[in-house]
Amino acid sequence: MTTEGGLAVSLHQQAPIPLAADFACAAGEVLALVGPSGSGKSTILRSIAGTYRPQAGQVQVNAETWLDSARGLNRPAHHRAVGMVFQSYALFPHMTALGNVMTAMAKAGREERQRRGRELLEMVHLSGLESRYPAELSGGQQQRVAVARALARRPRALLLDEPFSAVDKATRQRLYREIAQLRQNLDMPVVLVTHDLDEAIMLADRLVVLHRGRTLQSGPPEEVINRPASPDIARLVELRNLFEGRLVSLEETGRQGVLDWAGLRMEVQVPAGIGVGDPVDWVIPDGFVVLHRRDRPSRGEHENPVPGVIGQALKVGQTAHITLYPDHAPNLPLHFSVPQHVAERNGIEAGVGAAVSLLTKGIHLMPRFSERGQGE
Amino acid sequence: MDLTALWLSLRLAALTLLFLLPIGILAGRWLAYRSFRGKGFVEALVALPLVLPPTVFGYYLLVAFGAASPLGQFWQAAFGQPLVFTFEGLLLASIIFNLPFAIQPMQRGFEAIPAEVREAAACCGLSPWKALLRVELPLAWPGILTAMVLSFAHTLGEFGIVLMVGGSIPGETRTIAIAIYDRVQAFDDVAAGQMSALLLAISLATIALTFAFSRRLGRRLG
Repeated sequence: MTTEGGLAVSLHQQAPIPLAADFACAAGEVLALVGPSGSGKSTILRSIAGTYRPQAGQVQVNAETWLDSARGLNRPAHHRAVGMVFQSYALFPHMTALGNVMTAMAKAGREERQRRGRELLEMVHLSGLESRYPAELSGGQQQRVAVARALARRPRALLLDEPFSAVDKATRQRLYREIAQLRQNLDMPVVLVTHDLDEAIMLADRLVVLHRGRTLQSGPPEEVINRPASPDIARLVELRNLFEGRLVSLEETGRQGVLDWAGLRMEVQVPAGIGVGDPVDWVIPDGFVVLHRRDRPSRGEHENPVPGVIGQALKVGQTAHITLYPDHAPNLPLHFSVPQHVAERNGIEAGVGAAVSLLTKGIHLMPRFSERGQGE
Repeated sequence: MDLTALWLSLRLAALTLLFLLPIGILAGRWLAYRSFRGKGFVEALVALPLVLPPTVFGYYLLVAFGAASPLGQFWQAAFGQPLVFTFEGLLLASIIFNLPFAIQPMQRGFEAIPAEVREAAACCGLSPWKALLRVELPLAWPGILTAMVLSFAHTLGEFGIVLMVGGSIPGETRTIAIAIYDRVQAFDDVAAGQMSALLLAISLATIALTFAFSRRLGRRLG
């Protein structure tokens, strides 16, 4: 069922927190569970760690079964070799940094624990701070102690519960780099829980999108954020250009087709399972909406040109976030962003006319039945 | 100065603490972590000695401990002596009327430990027993200490219930609080004054020590 050293999780219950989660994480892989607050991310992590008991499910790590409700097997948390980094870090306030790390190695002798504890603290760049109490450490330093403590047990699985949410942005960026570096030496499955999509994309090999305890889609970050399996997932991964349409023609060999979007014809790639006449939902990520240059007006040779009127051009730092109301359907605004200097050079401001191209390779069609999702 | 009464009071307070410590830790921890139907009722029951007049509470204990009660009869059969008007009976009463003073601060102490910290203990591989010794007790310590000081001071000072259940038998049930009342009744103001001053000094010293100690603890735990 699992790959060598991997983690396989299947959790199901109706109440009090609905769960329908199935996923696997290979050894050395970083898997991110993403979803809005209250989507059951932490509950899933706690079910793996053993501090929460779901009504039904299996948790397997390598050849070990930690939970198998069908067989009435539920290994208590302290018998599961798991490393957990909590959102609040949950350091033991009455112990020093070294004491915290040593507590997770109860089985070894004192000298061995001290030696390894120092090694681990050195690995997370905390040499010299061994005898500090958590209250005397900064947020970033506390987070590192928590990581060292989680690794001290030589865990079979490393679980990170929103580990970056309690530190400031600069510290977070530094911790990202450190974690990315650290993971090269980790040979266990790593499950990261986060509500921050950018964080997940940056750190994870694979995303699992969660909604109300249900795993909707899993795959490499690029695929999930560009090719969501359903409109629900598109919304969860913050794709704003989500529209409805209907396929009007299909050239079978290359799966090239023409999509009717509120009267506008567009060339699209058609995935299997969609036929002529079918209604579809479709998305286009920001990056595939290309602004036409003012000095070289669109003469129709561009891919899927969409003329319209700029509704809003919001400058955030060096980026302009633009809303375009297409001429053919002003009630279906397109959202995209361009560097601020591009917006300025093209005279982008509210009320002026502009045109964009919707690149064919960025248009992703979703058949209507995909609402049921995956992983069932 | 009734040294016998002082010694008896100190002995009673120490033994009360010895019994209340495990009872308070178990009950306080249970009430802190578990939610169940009727929890409010249990908590009200624990708090009852705080609001009941000592004479009323003492009266019910007297009835419950008496020779006519099942408990009194069991005690007589098992130990060959009655429960009322004995040191053992007084100790049992003392444990019961101190329950709120012991359980409530300990419960607050355990409640103050974040759930994630307790989970972290389990995720570090600590068995529930080890987690209690190495994480929960050290963190709940201010509450436990407060509970012990309150119970100690309260045992030294309790008057009404002691008089109802124990009477005033020298060397058996006459505590220092009763001895003071006794001396005042006998117009022995010197002895009453001395004993009152001593009790005042002991109480003040215990409370001051606790405050100093929990402040030091609080600083470290930040």
